[in-house]
Amino acid sequence: MTELLPTPSQTVGPYLSIGLPWPDGPHVVPEGTPGAFWIRGTVRDGNGDPIPDAMIETWQADPDGGFRHPDDPRGTADGEFRGFGRCPTEADGTYGILTVLPGVVPGEGGATQAPHIDVSVFARGLLNRVVTRIYFEDQDNAADPVLATVPEERRGTLIAAKTGDGYRFDIRLQGDGETVFFRL
Amino acid sequence: MATPTEFRLPRYGEDPEGTHPPLDSSGYRSTALRHPKQDLVLLPQMLTEVTGPLLGPGRLGEHDNDLTRQHAGEPQGQRIIVTGRLLDGDGRPVRDSLVEIWQANAGGRYRHTGDRWPSPLDPNFDGVGRTLTDSDGRYTFTTIKPGAYPWKNHDNAWRPAHIHFSVFGSAFTQRLVTQMYFPDDPLFSQDPIFNSIPDEKARQRMVSRYDHDITQAEWALGFQFDIVLRGRDASVFEEEEDDDE
Repeated sequence: MTELLPTPSQTVGPYLSIGLPWPDGPHVVPEGTPGAFWIRGTVRDGNGDPIPDAMIETWQADPDGGFRHPDDPRGTADGEFRGFGRCPTEADGTYGILTVLPGVVPGEGGATQAPHIDVSVFARGLLNRVVTRIYFEDQDNAADPVLATVPEERRGTLIAAKTGDGYRFDIRLQGDGETVFFRL
Repeated sequence: MATPTEFRLPRYGEDPEGTHPPLDSSGYRSTALRHPKQDLVLLPQMLTEVTGPLLGPGRLGEHDNDLTRQHAGEPQGQRIIVTGRLLDGDGRPVRDSLVEIWQANAGGRYRHTGDRWPSPLDPNFDGVGRTLTDSDGRYTFTTIKPGAYPWKNHDNAWRPAHIHFSVFGSAFTQRLVTQMYFPDDPLFSQDPIFNSIPDEKARQRMVSRYDHDITQAEWALGFQFDIVLRGRDASVFEEEEDDDE
């Protein structure tokens, strides 16, 4: 096999919203799916100001903990479940993703992972995406192997709070309450 | 749900040091308030990370890969064909994979309400394209060469001509957004976004290559731009014995 070096990342720039959003992008599941809820939040910068030119992408397991992907040997989720969501931020820095609760996902060595969603954040001024995870405050997160690696005082930035129509997950790129971001 | 006692998942090697720009690149002013200051926490590659969205033909319209045919009239500017392969670090083609592009028109203006550069909008050009890679990992777009445009980052700042590319690969670890540049652009030297990549050879991997074989007589200039994502090497994800106690 030839070894090739990867292409570098660059910022999405200020005009990502001409090319990337889709009308159904925020819908990981179609509207009307039983159990569907919204995850809403605001993306903020180091001053605490909302970021109007960011985009959130999410990737998650279905309610049984399975992925619609050939590398998940346990079979695939049903046809309506895309697993993927994409939403640009509005002028006030807010986004929303319509989804369902992911199931428990196998971890390493027989461990299991608490329900979680992987998130990519893109924005003008971000030269590479940053990656975080959403966990849910009303789920049992105690034994999650990834949360366990995060300093305890910062874990709260990864946990979405229950709201009237789903959950709130704010993202702070820098400063007070800076969200935990991961290296992959 | 039953948890399988053993399965093998691919692992995606980390990109070499210097491949990607530091999130804190002071020359590009907008990074100042938007780069995390805390250390990134290592995320082990588990099922969520080694899988990823496989976005197929349902996302494409008829002329999505020909940006010169999305309106009744022809756009202004130099018609170009941009083609290349989407590969992983082991040289394997990434097949049936969504490639999205967006760009300025020939005058360097984006069809975006935030773009105030007083170069005219082109009624026949949206600057947005999508396609899927074929079985060889190849994509092709027909479009218009984008113009350079000024921005306010520093005194007399101009972005080199570029096309934004978004690719997914086949795993969350491979997701990439980049910019394709054109050969020998005189504006490279003063552009902090291009130069945010520390390694000169890595920077050159964002520059397309003029290709006379792709160029079509009396029709369009041709450029080659291959995109390389992280490679994958299979490794044991989970052994039969449980050793988490």
